[in-house]
Amino acid sequence: MTDTLLEIDNLSVDYETGRGDLQALRDITFNVNKGEIVGIVGESGCGKSTLISSILRLTAPNTRFREGEIRFKGQDLLQVSERHMRDLRGADISIVFQDPMQTHNPVLTIGQQMLDIQHRSKQSKADKRAHATKMLGAVGIPDPEARLKQYPHEFSGGMRQRIAIAMALMSEPDLLIADEPTTALDATLEVQIIERLQELQREFHCAILFISHHLGVIAELCDRVVVMYAGAVVESGDVREIFHDPKHPYTRRLIECDPGHLKERARVLPTIPGEVPDLANLPGGCIFRDRCDQALARCATEVPPLDQLKEGHHAACWLNHEEATS
Amino acid sequence: MLKFATRRFGLSLLILFVAVTVMFLMIRAVPGDPVQIMLGPRATPELQAQLTAALGLDQPIWKQLLIFYGNLLQGDLGTDVFSGRAVTDIVFQQLPYTLELIFASILWSATLGIALGAYAAAHPNTLIDRIAAAISVSFVAAPAFVVALLALLVFAVHLQWFPAIGAGDGFLDRLDHLVLPAFAIGLSWVGYIARLVRASMLEVMGESHVRTARAFGIAERRVVMVYALRIAILPVVTVIGVGMGFLLSSAVFAEIVFARPGLGKLVIDSITTRNYPIVMGSVLISTALFVVSTALADLINALLDPRARTSH
Repeated sequence: MTDTLLEIDNLSVDYETGRGDLQALRDITFNVNKGEIVGIVGESGCGKSTLISSILRLTAPNTRFREGEIRFKGQDLLQVSERHMRDLRGADISIVFQDPMQTHNPVLTIGQQMLDIQHRSKQSKADKRAHATKMLGAVGIPDPEARLKQYPHEFSGGMRQRIAIAMALMSEPDLLIADEPTTALDATLEVQIIERLQELQREFHCAILFISHHLGVIAELCDRVVVMYAGAVVESGDVREIFHDPKHPYTRRLIECDPGHLKERARVLPTIPGEVPDLANLPGGCIFRDRCDQALARCATEVPPLDQLKEGHHAACWLNHEEATS
Repeated sequence: MLKFATRRFGLSLLILFVAVTVMFLMIRAVPGDPVQIMLGPRATPELQAQLTAALGLDQPIWKQLLIFYGNLLQGDLGTDVFSGRAVTDIVFQQLPYTLELIFASILWSATLGIALGAYAAAHPNTLIDRIAAAISVSFVAAPAFVVALLALLVFAVHLQWFPAIGAGDGFLDRLDHLVLPAFAIGLSWVGYIARLVRASMLEVMGESHVRTARAFGIAERRVVMVYALRIAILPVVTVIGVGMGFLLSSAVFAEIVFARPGLGKLVIDSITTRNYPIVMGSVLISTALFVVSTALADLINALLDPRARTSH
């Protein structure tokens, strides 16, 4: 495939800890095509953050890449030199982090930071400044010229996240990673940011890897969805397929639990009972078995493979096999 | 920024006023009549009464305080009881010796301490870090007077590398005389600053904005030196500001051990002779020095940290 930008292939990542290896990611496989928006959904602790820090190779020192490849434009990022990796960061691959209040350096002006990240550009300082002004304007910061002289604490949370987006798109990257960019913001701001992101994506034609646990946002924004649970992909596919015909019980429960999908007023919001399994001491069989109300006998012993059910729709559940055979 | 500076200056004046007033009352609470100490046991009552009146000690204490502040506002700190010279002359003659000692100590200990701490923080939990920690802790634990005596014995008496006593004349000679005392009172500060910088640096390196800087491919050296160190240095500036006061008291040891002229020695000598005007003059100047250095530290912090400017 020529239009594939990022391929995560069989990626397994461990954290070495005092109580043994924590299997943070296991056999992650999915890809992102050029100009496509892919959403990653999952509860806290499902490995979303490990995945994105692995792509940027900004992982904690106790991280071990056990298996697999992360191919960006055909090149395995786990094999390239640190120097080469640094050339990609902020140039070909950019990221918008979760918490806009912490993401900028508090003692440098926004202008200084926006100049700094253009360190690869050969342009004059005035040109870089003009570029920064243009980008701030593009994300809807009023009076961008003057605001370059201000420090992060002089901006509101929503503005800081828009600045973070402006900074990430400055180099016109091929891939933008957005790590829960709207989680720390209130609902109205969330809508604004998402709309802005859509506009900019159309303008810059970059691919976006959008991490969120907010299903409404994913449905609104993404072309395809990857559902992760406890460090593994349980289902992936076209956004409509996933929302209208989910093939994994976890995805189904996730959609049921989304407050936006509730059809009647409920006194108690639905939850998925049980807990995510201990990643240092994984149970045999399906990882979701303990919380699944449709578990079969073989779920306890055999790990379900991530099967292709339709063109581009994958799920890892024995129930789909059961349906096929009966 | 100007508003911040004005407010900080007002606060400094208030601190100075309280400190000087307390000192004024405290020295009068110390047992021993200054007149008797000065004139000796065989002085006649007439002579004693005369001197008491000359010193203004016959007045009620609140009036003495008012007179003291009245004179102070005119730049008059009184006259030395023994020599009859103006206290301001005596104090300002001694002040440069103490100032050069304190600045030399701070300069070398902060430079070495920051370098050691930043280096240790860049290589956490390695052998280098552990060695730096061991050095820092043993430096912190070494009291200035012990270091002063040992340095004197080893480098001045035994090896004869540096002069043992006095303050020297001329620039190079004065510098030569500064080495041992500045070493003695700065040593524990090297360790202290190194520990502080290491802890502060490790904290900042873990913050999100450092991760952002890295995610934009900014060179690691720039990330450490500009993005992290500029924030990690903030508590060090404050500590150095306060540390000037502690160094002032360490300077007393150094000035006694190395027989250096200076403010510390002046205070000790005048307290033992109940020479009130000199004591008050020196205390006033030392307090002012302390107040100015902490205010300066706050101003530098405000310059380095835009958040400090607006939060006040």
